[in-house]
Amino acid sequence: MTGRGLFARPARLAAVAPYLWMVLFFLVPFGFVLKISLSQTAIAQPPYTPLFELTQGLSAIQTAFAKLSLENYRLLIADDLYVLSYLRSLVVAAVSTSILLLIGYPIAYGMARLKPPWRSLAMLLVIVPFWTSFLIRIYAWINILQHDGLLNQILLALHLVSVPVVWLSTDSAMYLGIVYSYLPFMILPLYATLAKMEPSLLEAANDLGAAPRQAFWLVTFPLSLPGVAAGVLLCFIPIVGEFVIPDLLAGSDQLMIGQTLWLEFFTNKDWPVASAAAVLLLLLLVLPLVLYDRLQRRQLERMG
Amino acid sequence: MAEEISNLEPQAGATAGLPEPELTAASADLPLLRIEGVVKQFGRFRAVDQLSLDIRAGEFFALLGPSGCGKTTLLRMLAGFETPDQGRILLDGRDLAQVLPHQRPVNIMFQNYALFPHLNVRDNIAFGLRRAGMKRREIAARVAELVALVKLEGLEKRKPDQLSGGQRQRVALARALARRPQLLLLDEPLAALDKKLRESTQFELMELQRRLGLTFVIVTHDQAEAMTVADRIGVMDGGRLEQVATPRELYEVPASRWVAEFVGDVNIFEGKVNSCAANRIMVATGNAGTLVIAEPRRPIASDLVCVAIRPEKIKLSRRAPASDAEHAPVINRLEGIITEVNYLGGTTSYKVKLDAGAVLQSSMANTARLDIDAYGAGQRVVAWFSPDDGVVLEP
Repeated sequence: MTGRGLFARPARLAAVAPYLWMVLFFLVPFGFVLKISLSQTAIAQPPYTPLFELTQGLSAIQTAFAKLSLENYRLLIADDLYVLSYLRSLVVAAVSTSILLLIGYPIAYGMARLKPPWRSLAMLLVIVPFWTSFLIRIYAWINILQHDGLLNQILLALHLVSVPVVWLSTDSAMYLGIVYSYLPFMILPLYATLAKMEPSLLEAANDLGAAPRQAFWLVTFPLSLPGVAAGVLLCFIPIVGEFVIPDLLAGSDQLMIGQTLWLEFFTNKDWPVASAAAVLLLLLLVLPLVLYDRLQRRQLERMG
Repeated sequence: MAEEISNLEPQAGATAGLPEPELTAASADLPLLRIEGVVKQFGRFRAVDQLSLDIRAGEFFALLGPSGCGKTTLLRMLAGFETPDQGRILLDGRDLAQVLPHQRPVNIMFQNYALFPHLNVRDNIAFGLRRAGMKRREIAARVAELVALVKLEGLEKRKPDQLSGGQRQRVALARALARRPQLLLLDEPLAALDKKLRESTQFELMELQRRLGLTFVIVTHDQAEAMTVADRIGVMDGGRLEQVATPRELYEVPASRWVAEFVGDVNIFEGKVNSCAANRIMVATGNAGTLVIAEPRRPIASDLVCVAIRPEKIKLSRRAPASDAEHAPVINRLEGIITEVNYLGGTTSYKVKLDAGAVLQSSMANTARLDIDAYGAGQRVVAWFSPDDGVVLEP
């Protein structure tokens, strides 16, 4: 395709652009990471022995391919530390996502049933936290949760507790932080599906003998499942790789994979192992994404 | 609930194929549906205003009116989606005020059909039956029966978005009929269909209603549709019933000028009552001379009246028809010039500018294929009609 042809057909450019983006900013960096993950650690700058240099020519690359090592991956699977980190990440993500769904659904449902002017206000309230930096909001939580923080002051003042409770560096604090940070990502897709639902469908269910609660489970909920799937994935996937919130709010006895990765990378300076961990994490997350994609495609096919 | 529904076989008097026996107001002590002084207010707007109406069992009743006249609000109150601010709604003698929508033996077919998009045709139709706790086998049998009734065989597994508009309409109808409601409400059921399909569906609806012996209340803004399907029509305007009558009465004996103008085309001449003798009223009009009209059933209070004549009641001819005062009835003759001719196929519509000033509309059936003697614009004619063809109304 010549440059002129490209510009003559902006539509074609638009079709290619997302793939170009993917190749440039995802596949190429991923290639780097993959390459590092297959090499050996070294005390050097950068801290690994490169498998091959593109400048050394084809023969060097061929010999490098011959001695490709999966050593780093074997280490990841063999060492409890990594397995436990992966498991903890999945558990934390699953628990957080469940809590998010339980809290987010009623909020989104309530928002969708509001009258139009109140709807936009509610929407604004959901989005407003984004106007402050995420990091600042997490630090604010540290402030609230610390030993002489706001929460303990209130609890003491209300005589609900007699000594300050330890909140910080606990799983509760971490879950609180995660749920707080990700709630909009759960609410917005749910709200989008619930708001566009035809109100006459509920009336029809009602008319055909379904009590309001029954109508919810038979009509509203099944029809909101695409929103549920979107919200769950939008939360689950980034939470699995979450680093900042567990690092700032949770204790250090158990690590999530994001934290382990960070440790390997910056503290241990073991780039190959860290890269291998990243590649494995990606593979772990691709699975639900593929599932979601298939679900969505089926939805689209049904629409069309 | 299960027994209640399965026992709701076609009601008495509606044995298969036979038309409902003529029920008169006297023979039916209690109507199936009685609406008493119902008021519904939205903010300061009175959607339904002191409305009372009786609908008999087995009747096909149409609520006809312009948009915003309150007909849909009334229907929604019958379904239970709105509660009346005042008044009562009695179904089979039972006050519906405390009966929630899902407990009413009333079903509604929505204008947009409101089919459940996640359920296929069979599950849409079975939805109401499952809620009633019917047995699986009975549900299957009832669904099969309904699918055959609305001619949807072979489409049971399709989702609503895989159906055409007409097929969707049938699913909605079958779903609304599934529970054998005492009262079936239809909110503009045919509005989304194209003309040909709409007309054939009208007849299917009528046949269905007769066969099942159910009571249908249809809301429509399409007067041809109301006239075609309904036994009686209630014309609504501004939250009130202007007239409740059979289609023929509505057209030939409109209760008010508004009804005369809303239903069909009409020529209206305003004037003053001159004299009244031998069941004939002489009305002096400003722009059509003096007209002789049959005396109305109900006496008119004021002297100022208007005369309404349907276009097809006015005949045109080149010379005035003979009428001698002693034997033949008096005939109104209005002379004028044809200004406009609209050929419509079955009929031709003419505009005649009268010498007295008014422009009147006449329409005549094209009974012969070759009409070499047809009127053209500029033709001088006499427009005539008998006194019985006009209606005197309050202005």
